[in-house]
Amino acid sequence: MDLALLGQYVINGLMLGMMYALVAVGFTLFFGVLDVIKFSHGDVLMVGAFTGYTTFLGLEAAGVHMPVIQIVLLVIASTVLVGLLGAAIAKYLILPLTNAPALNILLATMMLGTVLREAVRLFFPEGSNPKRFPRLLPDTVIPIGGFDLRVDSLMLLIAGVLVIVAIHTVINRTKLGLAIRAVAQDAETARIMGINFELVVLVTFAIGSAAAAVAGVMNGLYYNEINFGMGLLLGVIGFAAAIVGGLGNIYGAILGGFLFAALQTIGAVALPFASAYKDVFAFAVIISIMAWRPTGLIPEKVSERV
Amino acid sequence: MENTQPATAGRQDPTALPIGILAIAGMTVFAAVFLMAESEAAVGGLLAFAAVAVLGAGKLGLLERVRAAFRDHELTMHTAIVIGALAIAWVFREDHFALLMLTMAMLYLTACLGLNVQLGYTGILNFAGSSFLGVGCYTAAVLTQHTAIPPLVILPLGGLMATIVGSVLILPVLRTRGHYAAVVTIAFAVLFKTFLEVNDSLGGPQGLAVGEMTLFGWGFNSNIEIGDFYASFYMNYFLLALVITILAFALTRRIERSWVGLNMDAVRIDELAASCFGINLARWKITAFMLGNFMIGTAGALLGMILGFIAPTNFTFADSLILLSIVLLGGMGSVWGIALASAIIVMLPEKLQLIQEYRFLLFAALVILVLRFRPNGLLPRADRIYFPGWRPR
Repeated sequence: MDLALLGQYVINGLMLGMMYALVAVGFTLFFGVLDVIKFSHGDVLMVGAFTGYTTFLGLEAAGVHMPVIQIVLLVIASTVLVGLLGAAIAKYLILPLTNAPALNILLATMMLGTVLREAVRLFFPEGSNPKRFPRLLPDTVIPIGGFDLRVDSLMLLIAGVLVIVAIHTVINRTKLGLAIRAVAQDAETARIMGINFELVVLVTFAIGSAAAAVAGVMNGLYYNEINFGMGLLLGVIGFAAAIVGGLGNIYGAILGGFLFAALQTIGAVALPFASAYKDVFAFAVIISIMAWRPTGLIPEKVSERV
Repeated sequence: MENTQPATAGRQDPTALPIGILAIAGMTVFAAVFLMAESEAAVGGLLAFAAVAVLGAGKLGLLERVRAAFRDHELTMHTAIVIGALAIAWVFREDHFALLMLTMAMLYLTACLGLNVQLGYTGILNFAGSSFLGVGCYTAAVLTQHTAIPPLVILPLGGLMATIVGSVLILPVLRTRGHYAAVVTIAFAVLFKTFLEVNDSLGGPQGLAVGEMTLFGWGFNSNIEIGDFYASFYMNYFLLALVITILAFALTRRIERSWVGLNMDAVRIDELAASCFGINLARWKITAFMLGNFMIGTAGALLGMILGFIAPTNFTFADSLILLSIVLLGGMGSVWGIALASAIIVMLPEKLQLIQEYRFLLFAALVILVLRFRPNGLLPRADRIYFPGWRPR
């Protein structure tokens, strides 16, 4: 295999891994504070991508054509709106259901995902057709040997790393992060200590959803195409990544995300006769990992209370 | 002496049975009228009527009597329901579409009873229900096209195949719990559909044709014409599906009431306590998982023959979710609830053609509302009755 092809696979794998990790971080944050799985996460990502796209159309109509301003406003609009959406989902769907069986919450949020997906398909103009996402980043390339490194890929990767570092810093270095970790550890005690439980939950859901919005915009900028069904598979993969890494652990989510992308890439490279089977291969490995480490690669530290 | 004998006879309500039979007759007529209703307004009106009737009957205490009738006169009530189903089929004997819908509802019910053994009794989450349905369909497709195995034998073979394919998941399903277990079957559901799409020998994305059901030389895809009598060919499938559903129903009911069901309930409610009492968790989980997959696969084999043509898009993760929602909507472990939910979920979207475009949206919203405001389902499972005449307090 020549360097150019290998480099392409590596960059593509890293991009995928970054998106999966951003989605998985959301899953793991939600699980941390409320012990719930919010399965609509993938569709929230899709809403993020469509919000970004709508903002772009709005800016074009308003006569703003500078890519830098467009991309900044687009990301801001997408993260803020989707953050609010995430907080609203937490307040009106998940918090009222916290005492219900885990399966009910899982199913309710899956159905919410369907509602979001169908709403975009039905009510967004021409929503059932794929949309061409604008190419806003510079399309210059840096030649490294025989391989052309695209600058936009590099910028997206750096942006993803920055988002993850930012979330990590918020969780581990700020007072808000302390409150989130306290709620994650023991919600009852956290309340007694004067932490506003509901506010912390809502903010956590907003942060996780905003991360998904970033992943959605990233997806749009990288592939230059978005559609209403893009969230479903990304959500499933993000969930699998969070679980394989170990729920409630942000490093586990990142590890799981990149692991899944690596499996897909290996599947595509190492199975030359059948690269179409890359997803089959990746999911089969995930199932085997679950059989081998039933609570993920970095297990939760809990002991069962009887 | 009276205290040692549970006094069943004294507590029975003599009005229960007639009211129960009347309720079934009413439901039969309602279902027939509902299937006949052509316009959206009529369907809407009927739905409103059903809601008012159920609420009113509840206020008048009639629902309690119907429940008592099911409890005390089970065989009579079940026979009445089968007669009701046959009566509806008789009324619609020339109507392809109505019979197809009824047959589909019954096959979904059979598959969901399989899921119910897994989830409702033993607490095993299976997000790959439609994948096992698909295994049954593809088994039927391959065997009817390439072998001379009698189609009736293919039905249990479809179930067997689903059990065998499902057995690769036993180890991860046994070792994982809760959300971790969910990912195993979700991953399998996505894997299965992707596999079908990229695998050329099983037809790839285009799918496969499935041969018809034949019984004693009688092809099920031909209309029934005996003298002046004429009935749609779906009548064949309806009757066979009815038999299979009754078998699945009886099996589920027997399991629920036996020591097997008691063990499964114990595993679901508290694994730790169950194992402390010497219940072998692995044994019951494996039994429930394989039996459930067998029922789903058997339903799938017949489903494939009825559809005549199958493709990977019939067996997506979303379809698995619909199967699971039926179990949840009806009420986990409640077989009658699941029967009601299958009928609603299979027939309602077909009847509301105007909202056809919006049906997934409305359907998803409906499930959310039920989960939010009636978390135990439409007809929650009743408490287990350990002795005749015993009432939970």
